[in-house]
Amino acid sequence: MTNSSTKNKVLWAIVTVLVLLYALFPVASILATSFKAPSDLTSGTFLPTSGQATTSNYEQILVGNAQGLFLSALRNSIGISLIATFIAVVLATLCAYAIARLDFPGKGLVLTTALAVSIFPVISIVTPLFNLWRTIGLYDTWLGLIIPYLSLTLPISIWTLAAFFRQIPWELEQAAQVDGATSWQAFRKAIVPLAAPGVFTTAIIAFFIAWNDFVYGISLTSTETARPVPAALAFFTGASQFEAPTGAISAAAIIVTIPVVLLVLLFQRQIVSGLTSGAVKG
Amino acid sequence: MASITLNNLVKKYGDGFPAVNDISIDIADGEFIILVGPSGCGKSTLLRMIVGLEDITDGDLLINGERVNEKAPRDRNLAMVFQNYALYPHLTVYENIAFPLRLAKGKHSEDEVNRLVTDAASTLELTEHLQRKPANLSGGQRQRVAMGRAIVRQADAFLFDEPLSNLDAKLRGQMRSEISQMQRRLGITSVYVTHDQTEAMTLGDRVAVLKKGELQQIASPRELYEQPVNLFVAGFIGSPSMNFLPATIEGNTLHTSLGDLEIPASKAEKAAGRKVVLVGLRPEFFEDAKLVEDHKHANGTTFTATLTHTEWLGNEQYGYINFDPAPEMRDVLNSLAREMDADELRPQIVVTLDAASRIRGGREAEIWLDTRKLHLFDAESGENLTRDAEAGAQLTREANEERAEEIATAQQADEERGSGTGEQTTSGRPAATVQAGAPRSSGATAAGGKHTAG
Repeated sequence: MTNSSTKNKVLWAIVTVLVLLYALFPVASILATSFKAPSDLTSGTFLPTSGQATTSNYEQILVGNAQGLFLSALRNSIGISLIATFIAVVLATLCAYAIARLDFPGKGLVLTTALAVSIFPVISIVTPLFNLWRTIGLYDTWLGLIIPYLSLTLPISIWTLAAFFRQIPWELEQAAQVDGATSWQAFRKAIVPLAAPGVFTTAIIAFFIAWNDFVYGISLTSTETARPVPAALAFFTGASQFEAPTGAISAAAIIVTIPVVLLVLLFQRQIVSGLTSGAVKG
Repeated sequence: MASITLNNLVKKYGDGFPAVNDISIDIADGEFIILVGPSGCGKSTLLRMIVGLEDITDGDLLINGERVNEKAPRDRNLAMVFQNYALYPHLTVYENIAFPLRLAKGKHSEDEVNRLVTDAASTLELTEHLQRKPANLSGGQRQRVAMGRAIVRQADAFLFDEPLSNLDAKLRGQMRSEISQMQRRLGITSVYVTHDQTEAMTLGDRVAVLKKGELQQIASPRELYEQPVNLFVAGFIGSPSMNFLPATIEGNTLHTSLGDLEIPASKAEKAAGRKVVLVGLRPEFFEDAKLVEDHKHANGTTFTATLTHTEWLGNEQYGYINFDPAPEMRDVLNSLAREMDADELRPQIVVTLDAASRIRGGREAEIWLDTRKLHLFDAESGENLTRDAEAGAQLTREANEERAEEIATAQQADEERGSGTGEQTTSGRPAATVQAGAPRSSGATAAGGKHTAG
């Protein structure tokens, strides 16, 4: 018994390490690259050649000549992603609640449409959208990106949240209504607190989708007013035309990863906690 | 404090199926009504119609004489305890109980909320758990929190939807007596849905038996037990349930598969003109003939039968006799079993024997049957031919009088306790606890009204 469990543990440990290596190696590689001097990029070693490690890449994008390009893009990315996430989560919460609780005609249609939209290839609508946005003046604006991002984030938010709302016992809401709550109060005081983990999870997923988008970002913007980070990275140039901007790009990639990591660390408790336990006899 | 009147209530779902069909019940102020029936009989739907969670398709629902069909649940001022408790898991026990008070914005000051919650908690012995979350409580404690949420408001009536079915047997017994005592003390109108025999019989002033959305009979538990209106009620009330034995009737003699049974002429003449009847025999009508005292022998008749097996329970024992009815009677018995959620078992008679009886399975034995209380049912309509309506009504009247007395006693005891412990307890109780109300009955008028404790 003990033997087999030790064996099991060792096996699990090995598998865990392998998966971690697989997932983290690219990140580590980018991290290492971001500290390499331009001349060191082609050295073929994983780590920067000793003595040549440099923070010049970070200086370049944060305070150096790429500063304008990167910082404004970072601001755009954060702003646009947060707004798109917020709108998506609020709308999806209401929509998913209705889908989970009410029986209305067209419920299936809403869900299927959401699914259809989410599997629609982005690249095929970018060109028409580009023309449309230019005509109506949304090209190269925050709103011009927020709207297409909603089309990416809303469907998945609706699906995740609807699944989540279905798990919440309906009696809670009814109990609240009998206790004297209006429908809105019952929703806000009994359902939303319980749905919080689901809402956080959805918000994080939605944020990542918006944060990682490249196709819309590069097609629907032209200047620093709205260009998000993934698109801005493509405009990085080396110090001269003979130098690849690999180091700067790596540094920027590391910086844009930080908010994502922070988000997950901040909300992991809400994501994991099984808040519904104890509501009803399980 | 409220009376609730159900006038021809109908609930039809989208497919036109009537889940509740034309039910009328008058629930008097302070009365404890039980809705009972097999699953799918519409008892929960009816309760949810009263509280406002289900729309009423047709008919009127009156609370204190006022029609409330269109009112939202929150405007009906009723408190409900759900089967799975429906506690708010993100709130502490204290906040769970305070929830209804907090919703009534501005009505209660923080001090008042605190006082009401603390009082409710002490009534339910939850004081030490007030700061815990529902997830950390045991089943019985959760159940009590759900009750606390109901009693903290001064609701007009309590509605219970199978509140004990998630508890284990022992706890169920405890909570049952707690609910019963609390209801008497508060004297609050209550409607209680259950499928449990014992709960129905012990808690209710009156019990309403439902079948397929239709009200079969509403009466005191004793009237239901002794004077059931039809086969269904007779078979549903009582555990082990009433035995139904097909018989052909000839004068005062019933020809049954157990042999010929002599019955009193008064019973036989009620069934006059019918050839085939179903005889309703409660298990306790039987006894080991050897153990029946001589003077009782004349009250019944004796027959011989072979028991398949017996079950000794300490205070009594059950014996089982198989019999083989005619095919058409078998169908009647099977459909009856289906209506009561039971399986179509082979026809069997259950008899209760004295624990001292030496009758064992496999041997032929003499069994005595008390024929005074048996009922004869029409095999087709299921109607009880020997029902004595007047005797039944008398039982219900008596039950109501007893109940009124019990409530008065409980409340008097409460007052005495209140004055004994002084100012704090009496002023601290929610007003409902010192408001007395007794169920009205045709004979006894309610000793209702307010009298202040202390």
